Amino acid sequence: MMSRIPILKLRDCLIVSIQWELDDQTALAFQEDLLDKLHTTAARGVVLDLTPIDFIDSFIAKVLGDVISMSGLMGAKVVITGIQPAVAITLIELGIRLENVVTALDLENGLEKLERELED
Amino acid sequence: MNLRSSVDIITEWDIVAARQLGRNEAKDVGFGTVDQARITTAISELARNIYLYAGKGKIEIRQVTEGNLRGLLVIASDKGPGIVDVRKVMEDGYTTSGGLGAGLPGVKRLMDDFKIETVIGEGTTISASKLLR
Repeated sequence: MMSRIPILKLRDCLIVSIQWELDDQTALAFQEDLLDKLHTTAARGVVLDLTPIDFIDSFIAKVLGDVISMSGLMGAKVVITGIQPAVAITLIELGIRLENVVTALDLENGLEKLERELED
Repeated sequence: MNLRSSVDIITEWDIVAARQLGRNEAKDVGFGTVDQARITTAISELARNIYLYAGKGKIEIRQVTEGNLRGLLVIASDKGPGIVDVRKVMEDGYTTSGGLGAGLPGVKRLMDDFKIETVIGEGTTISASKLLR
């Protein structure tokens, strides 16, 4: 039943679009896959697009927060894009603060933001 | 009118099944996208609590009417160890699992009405409802 999330490479960035509701196993497998891909490609940044995702619970939020910290340890910056209004509202009401996470409205803004971050 | 449906929570996959059922029911009642997300998230948290702390249990979802308002009632029940200090689990930031599951205060904020009944050694039943306004 578990499916894997495709990770694309564009110049020195990885681009991930999460297209369907994440179950626990897929989320954990994604964490490992992304770190492996960072290791093998030596990418310096990741854009993680969540546009189609219509809810995020605390488990998925924790997995995402962790993968951002882990990527940081490997020297890569992560930008999250496309968080829907309903997702932003429920995350905050739930009491989850994704602190120190760089976000952008959409993929295009996210890539621009990432490129600027990588220049600094 | 009292339409009910339920999902037994035994494996991680049942958490997914419970929240999908919740989303469909919320849509069916006519909740908007933000309330659908609130209800789906609340069910996911309650189902995960059952899976983490009780091992197994059940999520039941009922369409209810209160006066002339329609709504959803979510009942999460288990025969687990029960909650020793209910006041403590209702504090923000309290966790016994190292941060898996956002905890019950979050679920309470997402829903309109929230009740815990728990008996040590016998189990816990949490009822949370939301009305369509």
